[in-house]
Amino acid sequence: MTNRDEVPKVNAGSMADIAFLLLIFFLVTTSIETDAGLARMLPAINPKPPLPIPEKNILPILINGEGALLVDDEQVDLADLRKLTIAFLDNGGASQEDPRYCDYCRGERDSKSSDSPAEAVVSLLSNRETSYGTYISVQNELVGAYNDLRNREAQRLYKRLYTDMEKAYRSPETPVSVKEDLKPKIKHIQDLFPLNLSEAERN
Amino acid sequence: MMSKFNLGRNEESPEVSTASLPDIVFMLLFFFMTVTVMKDDSLKVVNELPNATEMKRLEKKDRIITIYIGKPQKKWEDIVGSEPKIQVDDKFIDVVEVGSFVLGRIASMPEGIRSYATVSLKVDKNANMGLISDVKQELRKVNALKINYTTLNGEILLNR
Repeated sequence: MTNRDEVPKVNAGSMADIAFLLLIFFLVTTSIETDAGLARMLPAINPKPPLPIPEKNILPILINGEGALLVDDEQVDLADLRKLTIAFLDNGGASQEDPRYCDYCRGERDSKSSDSPAEAVVSLLSNRETSYGTYISVQNELVGAYNDLRNREAQRLYKRLYTDMEKAYRSPETPVSVKEDLKPKIKHIQDLFPLNLSEAERN
Repeated sequence: MMSKFNLGRNEESPEVSTASLPDIVFMLLFFFMTVTVMKDDSLKVVNELPNATEMKRLEKKDRIITIYIGKPQKKWEDIVGSEPKIQVDDKFIDVVEVGSFVLGRIASMPEGIRSYATVSLKVDKNANMGLISDVKQELRKVNALKINYTTLNGEILLNR
């Protein structure tokens, strides 16, 4: 007779096989998340008739079918686009007496370029033949120009990068109290350099 | 001194214990379960995403509507041609159907998150802007204004 007090051991040798099977199943049916990208807002259809914007407050960027860039009717390289955009946005051409005077701008204060970041509009014109890759490169540089300027101001005012603040604000792990604290700061920085990007298509 | 090294010569080499193998595999399993997501669409279009550096993560999956745009894959070319197409869920749709599709998706979301609905555009980098502008125009018509150009993290000069 066998000893009744002893509980028979379950053979766990096949545990590894089972786990491997599950592992392979998950490897095959899932993919690593790639959902990140450039967030943009489309303009609403039929907005109020736009007020005429003085030409000096517009930075016209044209991408042609071959992927060449024209900024202010001059052909530029993609690598220079960010620098050009920053110079335009940060210009702050309005004079000291002007209510639009921008006291945080560090640009050239050229009276022929934009008055203040709030007034400056980047106008992006693309062609139907433009490839999406080129278009995204340009969008990336424009968003990058805004981010650079916002980072600079956030660093000055809050000793922290704007992109960091925004990331923390959007992350689900951030506690609500921190979010409440971040919200007005982010809003303030966004108001300093509002994203004015208008898009149109030309055939 | 030599005897020290010769001690085990006549004995059989000890077996490596595999008792911890299941634990290791389970650890791997949990890793993959947490960092990956289920594939919800099977792609019918070529979808090589462009690179960007200034990206934002799309945090919440329940409010994202995905639209794929690109050239149809080889096996679908005979049926739908080789021009870039729009794919949603598992089917190709026409530009004019984009609006109603997005509205349908928004309507199926819980009411509280409808205003946060984001359209994620997964567009092949070789597609032309013409079709994308048309899609954007359709989205504007149905007031789905929050969009996200889904991209990979990388050098933008490789986009052309």
